Amino acid sequence: MREIAAILVSAILVDNFVLSRFLGICPFLGVSKKFENAVGMGVAVTFVMVCSSLMTHPIYNLLLAPFGLGYLRTISFIIVIALFVQLVEMALKKKIPSLYKGLGVYLPLMATNCAVLGVTILNIDAGYSLLKSAIHALGGGLGFTLALIIFSCVRSRIEEAVVPPMFKGVPATLIAASIVSVSFMGFAGLFS
Amino acid sequence: MLLVAYIVPASIFLGLGLFAGGLLTFASKFFEVKTDPRIDSIIGVLPQINCGVCGYAGCADYAGAIVKDGSPANLCKPGGTDCMEEISALMGIPVQKVESQVAVVHCNGDENAMSSKYIFHGKQTCVAADRFYEGSKACNYGCLGFGDCAAVCSYGAVIIRDGLARIDKSKCVGCGICVKACPKNLIAMRDLYHHIDVCCSSIEPGRVVRSICKSGCISCKICVKKCKTGAMYFSDNLAKIDYSKCDACGDCADACPTKAIRKCDIIYNATIAPPPAIKH
Repeated sequence: MREIAAILVSAILVDNFVLSRFLGICPFLGVSKKFENAVGMGVAVTFVMVCSSLMTHPIYNLLLAPFGLGYLRTISFIIVIALFVQLVEMALKKKIPSLYKGLGVYLPLMATNCAVLGVTILNIDAGYSLLKSAIHALGGGLGFTLALIIFSCVRSRIEEAVVPPMFKGVPATLIAASIVSVSFMGFAGLFS
Repeated sequence: MLLVAYIVPASIFLGLGLFAGGLLTFASKFFEVKTDPRIDSIIGVLPQINCGVCGYAGCADYAGAIVKDGSPANLCKPGGTDCMEEISALMGIPVQKVESQVAVVHCNGDENAMSSKYIFHGKQTCVAADRFYEGSKACNYGCLGFGDCAAVCSYGAVIIRDGLARIDKSKCVGCGICVKACPKNLIAMRDLYHHIDVCCSSIEPGRVVRSICKSGCISCKICVKKCKTGAMYFSDNLAKIDYSKCDACGDCADACPTKAIRKCDIIYNATIAPPPAIKH
Protein backbone atom coordinates (compact mmCIF):
# COMPACT_ATOMS: atom_id res chain seq x y z
CA MET A 1 0.00 0.00 0.00
CA ARG A 2 2.82 2.34 1.00
CA GLU A 3 4.63 1.52 -2.19
CA ILE A 4 1.57 2.22 -4.34
CA ALA A 5 1.06 5.59 -2.68
CA ALA A 6 4.72 6.37 -3.28
CA ILE A 7 4.40 5.50 -6.99
CA LEU A 8 1.31 7.69 -7.33
CA VAL A 9 2.72 10.75 -5.57
CA SER A 10 6.10 10.49 -7.22
CA ALA A 11 4.51 10.26 -10.68
CA ILE A 12 2.41 13.34 -9.96
CA LEU A 13 4.97 15.57 -8.27
CA VAL A 14 8.56 14.33 -8.15
CA ASP A 15 8.83 12.82 -11.62
CA ASN A 16 6.15 14.94 -13.23
CA PHE A 17 6.02 13.89 -16.86
CA VAL A 18 6.00 17.38 -18.29
CA LEU A 19 7.99 19.41 -15.81
CA SER A 20 10.64 16.90 -14.69
CA ARG A 21 10.91 14.37 -17.50
CA PHE A 22 10.13 16.86 -20.29
CA LEU A 23 7.74 14.52 -22.05
CA GLY A 24 4.59 15.70 -23.82
CA ILE A 25 5.76 19.29 -24.30
CA CYS A 26 3.75 19.67 -27.53
CA PRO A 27 0.26 19.53 -25.97
CA PHE A 28 1.65 21.25 -22.86
CA LEU A 29 2.41 24.35 -24.92
CA GLY A 30 -0.37 23.91 -27.45
CA VAL A 31 -3.46 23.36 -25.33
CA SER A 32 -2.58 25.38 -22.24
CA LYS A 33 -4.06 28.62 -23.55
CA LYS A 34 -7.47 28.07 -22.00
CA PHE A 35 -8.25 26.54 -18.63
CA GLU A 36 -11.20 24.46 -19.91
CA ASN A 37 -9.20 22.95 -22.75
CA ALA A 38 -6.31 22.22 -20.37
CA VAL A 39 -8.60 20.24 -18.08
CA GLY A 40 -10.18 18.40 -21.01
CA MET A 41 -6.82 17.50 -22.51
CA GLY A 42 -5.54 16.37 -19.12
CA VAL A 43 -8.50 14.06 -18.59
CA ALA A 44 -8.19 12.67 -22.11
CA VAL A 45 -4.47 12.00 -21.68
CA THR A 46 -5.04 10.39 -18.28
CA PHE A 47 -7.68 8.09 -19.75
CA VAL A 48 -5.45 7.08 -22.66
CA MET A 49 -2.47 6.55 -20.34
CA VAL A 50 -4.33 4.27 -17.90
CA CYS A 51 -6.07 2.25 -20.63
CA SER A 52 -2.94 1.76 -22.69
CA SER A 53 -0.90 0.85 -19.62
CA LEU A 54 -3.48 -1.80 -18.71
CA MET A 55 -3.27 -3.21 -22.21
CA THR A 56 0.42 -2.88 -22.99
CA HIS A 57 1.45 -4.63 -19.80
CA PRO A 58 -0.07 -8.01 -20.75
CA ILE A 59 0.95 -7.54 -24.39
CA TYR A 60 4.58 -7.14 -23.39
CA ASN A 61 4.70 -9.76 -20.67
CA LEU A 62 2.54 -12.43 -22.31
CA LEU A 63 3.12 -11.95 -26.03
CA LEU A 64 6.40 -10.16 -26.70
CA ALA A 65 8.74 -11.03 -23.81
CA PRO A 66 8.32 -14.86 -23.92
CA PHE A 67 9.44 -14.89 -27.57
CA GLY A 68 12.26 -12.41 -27.02
CA LEU A 69 10.48 -9.81 -29.14
CA GLY A 70 11.08 -6.92 -26.75
CA TYR A 71 12.38 -4.83 -29.63
CA LEU A 72 8.85 -4.67 -31.05
CA ARG A 73 7.40 -2.99 -27.99
CA THR A 74 7.49 0.59 -29.30
CA ILE A 75 5.53 -0.18 -32.45
CA SER A 76 2.99 -2.41 -30.71
CA PHE A 77 2.49 0.12 -27.92
CA ILE A 78 1.87 2.85 -30.48
CA ILE A 79 -0.90 0.71 -32.01
CA VAL A 80 -2.58 0.34 -28.64
CA ILE A 81 -2.22 4.07 -27.86
CA ALA A 82 -3.58 5.05 -31.29
CA LEU A 83 -6.55 2.76 -30.67
CA PHE A 84 -7.45 4.53 -27.42
CA VAL A 85 -6.81 7.98 -28.87
CA GLN A 86 -9.24 7.17 -31.67
CA LEU A 87 -11.80 5.99 -29.14
CA VAL A 88 -11.43 9.18 -27.10
CA GLU A 89 -11.68 11.27 -30.27
CA MET A 90 -14.91 9.59 -31.35
CA ALA A 91 -16.40 9.86 -27.88
CA LEU A 92 -15.53 13.56 -27.60
CA LYS A 93 -16.85 14.32 -31.08
CA LYS A 94 -20.16 12.79 -30.07
CA LYS A 95 -20.48 13.89 -26.46
CA ILE A 96 -18.54 17.18 -26.06
CA PRO A 97 -18.16 18.79 -29.52
CA SER A 98 -16.98 22.11 -28.02
CA LEU A 99 -14.02 20.42 -26.33
CA TYR A 100 -13.35 18.43 -29.50
CA LYS A 101 -13.05 21.73 -31.35
CA GLY A 102 -10.98 23.36 -28.65
CA LEU A 103 -8.39 20.58 -28.62
CA GLY A 104 -8.18 20.58 -32.39
CA VAL A 105 -5.15 18.88 -33.87
CA TYR A 106 -3.67 18.06 -30.45
CA LEU A 107 -6.24 15.34 -29.90
CA PRO A 108 -5.13 13.04 -32.76
CA LEU A 109 -1.53 14.07 -32.02
CA MET A 110 -1.90 12.32 -28.67
CA ALA A 111 -1.28 9.08 -30.56
CA THR A 112 2.35 10.09 -30.92
CA ASN A 113 2.54 11.89 -27.60
CA CYS A 114 5.79 10.87 -25.91
CA ALA A 115 4.24 11.23 -22.45
CA VAL A 116 1.78 8.41 -23.22
CA LEU A 117 4.38 6.20 -24.89
CA GLY A 118 6.78 7.15 -22.12
CA VAL A 119 4.50 5.94 -19.33
CA THR A 120 3.97 2.53 -20.97
CA ILE A 121 7.69 2.02 -21.58
CA LEU A 122 8.67 3.25 -18.13
CA ASN A 123 6.20 0.72 -16.67
CA ILE A 124 8.03 -2.08 -18.45
CA ASP A 125 11.50 -0.78 -17.61
CA ALA A 126 10.62 -0.41 -13.92
CA GLY A 127 9.18 -3.96 -13.90
CA TYR A 128 5.86 -2.85 -12.40
CA SER A 129 2.99 -5.28 -11.92
CA LEU A 130 -0.33 -4.62 -13.69
CA LEU A 131 -1.79 -2.74 -10.71
CA LYS A 132 1.36 -0.68 -10.20
CA SER A 133 1.45 0.12 -13.93
CA ALA A 134 -2.09 1.42 -13.79
CA ILE A 135 -1.32 3.49 -10.68
CA HIS A 136 1.83 4.86 -12.28
CA ALA A 137 -0.14 5.78 -15.42
CA LEU A 138 -2.87 7.39 -13.31
CA GLY A 139 -0.24 9.41 -11.45
CA GLY A 140 1.42 10.40 -14.72
CA GLY A 141 -1.89 11.53 -16.18
CA LEU A 142 -2.83 13.48 -13.07
CA GLY A 143 0.62 15.07 -13.05
CA PHE A 144 0.17 16.02 -16.72
CA THR A 145 -3.23 17.53 -15.92
CA LEU A 146 -1.78 19.40 -12.96
CA ALA A 147 1.05 20.82 -15.07
CA LEU A 148 -1.41 21.85 -17.79
CA ILE A 149 -3.77 23.52 -15.32
CA ILE A 150 -0.98 25.39 -13.53
CA PHE A 151 0.49 26.51 -16.81
CA SER A 152 -2.82 27.60 -18.30
CA CYS A 153 -3.24 29.92 -15.30
CA VAL A 154 0.33 31.21 -15.69
CA ARG A 155 -0.30 31.80 -19.36
CA SER A 156 -3.44 33.83 -18.83
CA ARG A 157 -1.25 36.15 -16.72
CA ILE A 158 1.41 36.34 -19.45
CA GLU A 159 -1.26 37.42 -21.92
CA GLU A 160 -1.93 40.48 -19.79
CA ALA A 161 1.68 41.17 -18.81
CA VAL A 162 3.86 43.74 -20.56
CA VAL A 163 6.46 41.60 -22.31
CA PRO A 164 9.40 43.15 -24.21
CA PRO A 165 8.65 42.84 -27.94
CA MET A 166 11.61 40.49 -28.47
CA PHE A 167 10.17 37.93 -26.03
CA LYS A 168 6.54 38.19 -27.10
CA GLY A 169 4.75 34.94 -27.87
CA VAL A 170 6.65 31.67 -27.80
CA PRO A 171 9.86 32.87 -26.06
CA ALA A 172 7.93 34.32 -23.10
CA THR A 173 5.89 31.11 -22.88
CA LEU A 174 9.01 28.93 -22.85
CA ILE A 175 10.67 31.04 -20.17
CA ALA A 176 7.52 30.82 -18.05
CA ALA A 177 7.46 27.03 -18.59
CA SER A 178 11.04 26.75 -17.39
CA ILE A 179 10.26 28.75 -14.25
CA VAL A 180 7.24 26.54 -13.49
CA SER A 181 9.46 23.52 -14.03
CA VAL A 182 12.11 24.90 -11.64
CA SER A 183 9.41 25.17 -8.98
CA PHE A 184 8.75 21.44 -9.35
CA MET A 185 12.42 20.74 -8.62
CA GLY A 186 11.56 21.47 -5.03
CA PHE A 187 9.85 18.08 -4.86
CA ALA A 188 13.04 16.22 -5.79
CA GLY A 189 14.18 14.00 -2.95
CA LEU A 190 10.70 13.68 -1.46
CA PHE A 191 11.16 9.88 -1.53
CA SER A 192 14.80 9.15 -1.00
CA MET B 1 14.01 -19.80 -35.90
CA LEU B 2 11.72 -18.87 -38.76
CA LEU B 3 8.72 -19.25 -36.49
CA VAL B 4 10.00 -16.94 -33.76
CA ALA B 5 11.66 -14.39 -36.04
CA TYR B 6 8.87 -13.89 -38.55
CA ILE B 7 5.64 -15.78 -38.01
CA VAL B 8 5.09 -15.03 -34.33
CA PRO B 9 5.61 -11.23 -34.61
CA ALA B 10 3.52 -11.12 -37.77
CA SER B 11 0.66 -13.01 -36.15
CA ILE B 12 0.88 -10.91 -32.98
CA PHE B 13 0.54 -7.73 -35.03
CA LEU B 14 -2.19 -9.27 -37.16
CA GLY B 15 -4.11 -10.10 -34.01
CA LEU B 16 -3.51 -6.66 -32.51
CA GLY B 17 -4.52 -4.93 -35.72
CA LEU B 18 -7.69 -7.01 -36.11
CA PHE B 19 -8.63 -6.41 -32.48
CA ALA B 20 -8.06 -2.65 -32.75
CA GLY B 21 -9.83 -2.46 -36.08
CA GLY B 22 -12.82 -4.41 -34.83
CA LEU B 23 -13.11 -2.32 -31.70
CA LEU B 24 -12.89 0.93 -33.68
CA THR B 25 -15.50 -0.23 -36.18
CA PHE B 26 -17.83 -1.06 -33.33
CA ALA B 27 -17.08 2.27 -31.65
CA SER B 28 -17.63 4.25 -34.83
CA LYS B 29 -21.13 2.76 -35.06
CA PHE B 30 -21.74 3.55 -31.42
CA PHE B 31 -20.38 7.12 -31.52
CA GLU B 32 -21.62 8.00 -34.99
CA VAL B 33 -22.27 11.69 -35.53
CA LYS B 34 -24.86 12.43 -38.17
CA THR B 35 -23.75 15.22 -40.48
CA ASP B 36 -25.80 16.98 -43.10
CA PRO B 37 -24.64 15.83 -46.57
CA ARG B 38 -25.00 19.42 -47.79
CA ILE B 39 -22.07 20.41 -45.52
CA ASP B 40 -19.75 18.10 -47.45
CA SER B 41 -20.92 19.38 -50.81
CA ILE B 42 -20.45 23.00 -49.71
CA ILE B 43 -16.95 22.14 -48.45
CA GLY B 44 -16.29 20.82 -51.94
CA VAL B 45 -17.35 24.14 -53.49
CA LEU B 46 -15.30 26.38 -51.15
CA PRO B 47 -11.71 27.09 -52.21
CA GLN B 48 -10.14 25.27 -49.23
CA ILE B 49 -7.50 27.85 -48.44
CA ASN B 50 -8.88 28.32 -44.91
CA CYS B 51 -8.12 32.04 -44.92
CA GLY B 52 -10.79 32.99 -42.39
CA VAL B 53 -12.04 36.08 -44.25
CA CYS B 54 -15.62 34.84 -43.77
CA GLY B 55 -15.12 35.12 -40.02
CA TYR B 56 -15.11 31.38 -39.37
CA ALA B 57 -12.19 29.13 -38.45
CA GLY B 58 -11.90 27.64 -41.93
CA CYS B 59 -13.80 26.46 -44.96
CA ALA B 60 -15.28 23.45 -43.14
CA ASP B 61 -16.42 25.66 -40.26
CA TYR B 62 -18.06 28.13 -42.65
CA ALA B 63 -19.83 25.30 -44.51
CA GLY B 64 -21.23 24.09 -41.21
CA ALA B 65 -22.38 27.61 -40.33
CA ILE B 66 -24.16 28.04 -43.66
CA VAL B 67 -26.16 24.85 -43.19
CA LYS B 68 -26.78 24.94 -39.43
CA ASP B 69 -26.96 28.64 -38.55
CA GLY B 70 -28.11 30.00 -41.91
CA SER B 71 -25.04 32.20 -42.44
CA PRO B 72 -25.13 34.24 -45.66
CA ALA B 73 -23.55 32.51 -48.67
CA ASN B 74 -21.65 35.60 -49.89
CA LEU B 75 -18.95 35.76 -47.20
CA CYS B 76 -16.31 33.85 -49.14
CA LYS B 77 -14.20 36.50 -50.91
CA PRO B 78 -11.64 34.17 -52.58
CA GLY B 79 -14.43 32.01 -53.97
CA GLY B 80 -16.15 35.06 -55.38
CA THR B 81 -19.40 35.06 -57.31
CA ASP B 82 -19.03 31.54 -58.75
CA CYS B 83 -18.64 29.99 -55.33
CA MET B 84 -21.57 31.96 -53.91
CA GLU B 85 -23.86 30.94 -56.80
CA GLU B 86 -23.05 27.27 -56.29
CA ILE B 87 -23.64 27.48 -52.54
CA SER B 88 -26.92 29.33 -53.10
CA ALA B 89 -28.01 26.62 -55.53
CA LEU B 90 -27.11 23.88 -53.03
CA MET B 91 -28.96 25.60 -50.22
CA GLY B 92 -31.84 26.78 -52.38
CA ILE B 93 -31.49 30.41 -51.29
CA PRO B 94 -31.55 33.55 -53.47
CA VAL B 95 -28.30 34.76 -55.05
CA GLN B 96 -26.55 37.66 -53.28
CA LYS B 97 -23.83 40.07 -54.29
CA VAL B 98 -20.20 39.41 -53.39
CA GLU B 99 -18.07 42.47 -52.65
CA SER B 100 -14.71 41.63 -54.21
CA GLN B 101 -11.82 42.78 -52.11
CA VAL B 102 -8.19 43.39 -52.82
CA ALA B 103 -5.10 43.76 -50.65
CA VAL B 104 -3.23 47.07 -50.56
CA VAL B 105 0.26 47.67 -49.19
CA HIS B 106 0.19 50.94 -47.28
CA CYS B 107 3.81 51.81 -47.88
CA ASN B 108 5.52 53.50 -50.78
CA GLY B 109 9.09 53.42 -49.50
CA ASP B 110 11.10 51.27 -51.85
CA GLU B 111 14.89 51.23 -51.91
CA ASN B 112 15.06 54.35 -54.07
CA ALA B 113 12.84 56.37 -51.79
CA MET B 114 14.19 55.38 -48.41
CA SER B 115 17.60 54.72 -46.87
CA SER B 116 18.48 51.85 -44.56
CA LYS B 117 19.46 51.88 -40.91
CA TYR B 118 21.67 48.83 -41.35
CA ILE B 119 22.16 45.81 -43.58
CA PHE B 120 20.31 42.81 -42.23
CA HIS B 121 22.27 39.57 -42.47
CA GLY B 122 19.97 37.47 -40.27
CA LYS B 123 17.22 35.14 -41.40
CA GLN B 124 15.75 36.86 -44.44
CA THR B 125 12.19 37.28 -43.26
CA CYS B 126 10.27 40.39 -42.25
CA VAL B 127 9.41 38.91 -38.84
CA ALA B 128 13.09 38.31 -38.03
CA ALA B 129 14.17 41.73 -39.28
CA ASP B 130 11.34 43.44 -37.41
CA ARG B 131 12.57 41.98 -34.11
CA PHE B 132 15.93 43.68 -34.67
CA TYR B 133 15.39 47.42 -34.01
CA GLU B 134 12.07 47.43 -35.93
CA GLY B 135 13.69 46.38 -39.20
CA SER B 136 16.40 47.72 -41.46
CA LYS B 137 14.40 50.45 -43.22
CA ALA B 138 14.94 53.99 -41.98
CA CYS B 139 11.20 54.31 -41.36
CA ASN B 140 9.84 52.20 -38.52
CA TYR B 141 6.51 51.94 -40.35
CA GLY B 142 7.98 50.92 -43.69
CA CYS B 143 7.73 47.72 -45.70
CA LEU B 144 10.77 45.57 -44.91
CA GLY B 145 10.66 43.89 -48.29
CA PHE B 146 11.72 40.37 -47.29
CA GLY B 147 8.45 39.06 -48.64
CA ASP B 148 6.71 37.30 -45.76
CA CYS B 149 3.49 38.31 -47.50
CA ALA B 150 4.68 36.90 -50.84
CA ALA B 151 5.61 33.62 -49.14
CA VAL B 152 2.11 33.02 -47.80
CA CYS B 153 0.22 34.09 -50.93
CA SER B 154 -1.06 30.99 -52.72
CA TYR B 155 -1.91 32.99 -55.83
CA GLY B 156 1.44 34.67 -56.54
CA ALA B 157 -0.23 38.05 -56.25
CA VAL B 158 2.47 39.67 -54.11
CA ILE B 159 5.56 40.86 -55.91
CA ILE B 160 8.66 42.19 -54.14
CA ARG B 161 10.38 44.78 -56.26
CA ASP B 162 13.04 47.28 -55.08
CA GLY B 163 12.50 46.12 -51.51
CA LEU B 164 8.80 46.85 -51.46
CA ALA B 165 5.82 44.51 -51.57
CA ARG B 166 3.36 45.25 -54.37
CA ILE B 167 0.04 43.58 -55.05
CA ASP B 168 -0.85 42.33 -58.51
CA LYS B 169 -4.53 43.17 -58.40
CA SER B 170 -5.33 40.93 -61.33
CA LYS B 171 -4.23 37.91 -59.28
CA CYS B 172 -5.35 38.97 -55.79
CA VAL B 173 -8.49 37.13 -54.70
CA GLY B 174 -8.94 39.01 -51.44
CA CYS B 175 -8.30 36.17 -49.01
CA GLY B 176 -6.40 38.47 -46.62
CA ILE B 177 -3.76 35.92 -45.64
CA CYS B 178 -0.98 38.44 -46.40
CA VAL B 179 -2.61 40.89 -43.98
CA LYS B 180 -1.85 38.53 -41.11
CA ALA B 181 1.66 37.78 -42.36
CA CYS B 182 2.91 41.39 -42.27
CA PRO B 183 4.64 42.13 -38.94
CA LYS B 184 4.24 45.86 -39.61
CA ASN B 185 0.49 45.58 -40.32
CA LEU B 186 0.98 47.49 -43.56
CA ILE B 187 -1.40 45.44 -45.69
CA ALA B 188 -5.12 46.06 -45.52
CA MET B 189 -8.11 44.93 -47.54
CA ARG B 190 -10.39 47.31 -49.39
CA ASP B 191 -13.21 46.94 -51.88
CA LEU B 192 -11.90 46.44 -55.40
CA TYR B 193 -13.58 49.47 -56.95
CA HIS B 194 -12.17 52.04 -54.47
CA HIS B 195 -9.21 53.11 -56.52
CA ILE B 196 -7.52 55.62 -54.21
CA ASP B 197 -4.97 54.45 -51.63
CA VAL B 198 -2.83 56.24 -49.08
CA CYS B 199 0.42 54.31 -49.46
CA CYS B 200 2.05 55.35 -46.22
CA SER B 201 1.56 54.19 -42.63
CA SER B 202 3.93 56.45 -40.76
CA ILE B 203 2.43 58.33 -37.82
CA GLU B 204 5.60 60.40 -37.41
CA PRO B 205 5.29 64.19 -37.91
CA GLY B 206 5.75 65.44 -41.47
CA ARG B 207 9.28 66.75 -41.04
CA VAL B 208 10.50 63.39 -39.69
CA VAL B 209 8.91 61.54 -42.60
CA ARG B 210 10.40 64.02 -45.05
CA SER B 211 13.89 63.47 -43.63
CA ILE B 212 13.84 59.67 -44.10
CA CYS B 213 11.50 58.93 -47.01
CA LYS B 214 10.91 60.57 -50.36
CA SER B 215 7.46 59.14 -50.85
CA GLY B 216 5.83 59.19 -47.43
CA CYS B 217 2.88 61.24 -46.20
CA ILE B 218 4.32 64.54 -44.92
CA SER B 219 1.04 65.83 -43.45
CA CYS B 220 0.85 68.80 -45.82
CA LYS B 221 -2.95 68.35 -46.03
CA ILE B 222 -3.13 69.45 -49.66
CA CYS B 223 -5.27 66.37 -50.32
CA VAL B 224 -7.83 67.51 -47.75
CA LYS B 225 -8.13 70.88 -49.49
CA LYS B 226 -8.39 69.33 -52.94
CA CYS B 227 -11.02 66.75 -51.96
CA LYS B 228 -14.44 67.80 -53.22
CA THR B 229 -16.45 65.17 -51.38
CA GLY B 230 -14.90 65.53 -47.92
CA ALA B 231 -13.66 61.96 -47.91
CA MET B 232 -10.09 62.90 -47.02
CA TYR B 233 -9.19 63.48 -43.38
CA PHE B 234 -6.14 63.41 -41.14
CA SER B 235 -5.46 61.44 -38.01
CA ASP B 236 -2.10 60.62 -36.40
CA ASN B 237 -0.18 62.72 -38.96
CA LEU B 238 -1.47 60.52 -41.74
CA ALA B 239 -3.98 61.06 -44.52
CA LYS B 240 -6.96 58.71 -44.35
CA ILE B 241 -9.81 58.10 -46.77
CA ASP B 242 -13.43 57.61 -45.84
CA TYR B 243 -14.39 55.24 -48.66
CA SER B 244 -18.10 55.79 -48.06
CA LYS B 245 -17.67 59.38 -49.35
CA CYS B 246 -14.85 58.90 -51.89
CA ASP B 247 -15.86 59.03 -55.55
CA ALA B 248 -12.37 58.03 -56.78
CA CYS B 249 -11.88 61.21 -58.82
CA GLY B 250 -8.13 61.13 -58.15
CA ASP B 251 -7.66 64.87 -57.44
CA CYS B 252 -5.88 64.07 -54.18
CA ALA B 253 -3.50 61.69 -55.93
CA ASP B 254 -2.66 64.32 -58.55
CA ALA B 255 -2.05 66.97 -55.91
CA CYS B 256 0.01 64.87 -53.49
CA PRO B 257 3.58 66.25 -53.63
CA THR B 258 5.26 63.00 -52.58
CA LYS B 259 2.86 60.72 -54.47
CA ALA B 260 2.00 58.94 -51.22
CA ILE B 261 -1.61 58.97 -52.39
CA ARG B 262 -2.15 57.04 -55.56
CA LYS B 263 -4.94 56.27 -57.94
CA CYS B 264 -4.48 52.61 -58.78
CA ASP B 265 -7.23 51.68 -61.18
CA ILE B 266 -4.63 49.89 -63.26
CA ILE B 267 -3.42 46.51 -62.28
CA TYR B 268 -0.20 47.19 -60.42
CA ASN B 269 0.05 48.78 -57.03
CA ALA B 270 2.93 50.86 -58.33
CA THR B 271 1.62 53.34 -60.87
CA ILE B 272 4.96 53.26 -62.67
CA ALA B 273 6.05 50.54 -65.10
CA PRO B 274 4.99 46.90 -64.70
CA PRO B 275 7.60 44.85 -62.87
CA PRO B 276 10.51 43.21 -64.67
CA ALA B 277 11.13 39.48 -64.26
CA ILE B 278 11.04 38.56 -60.56
CA LYS B 279 14.49 38.12 -59.04
CA HIS B 280 15.08 35.00 -56.98
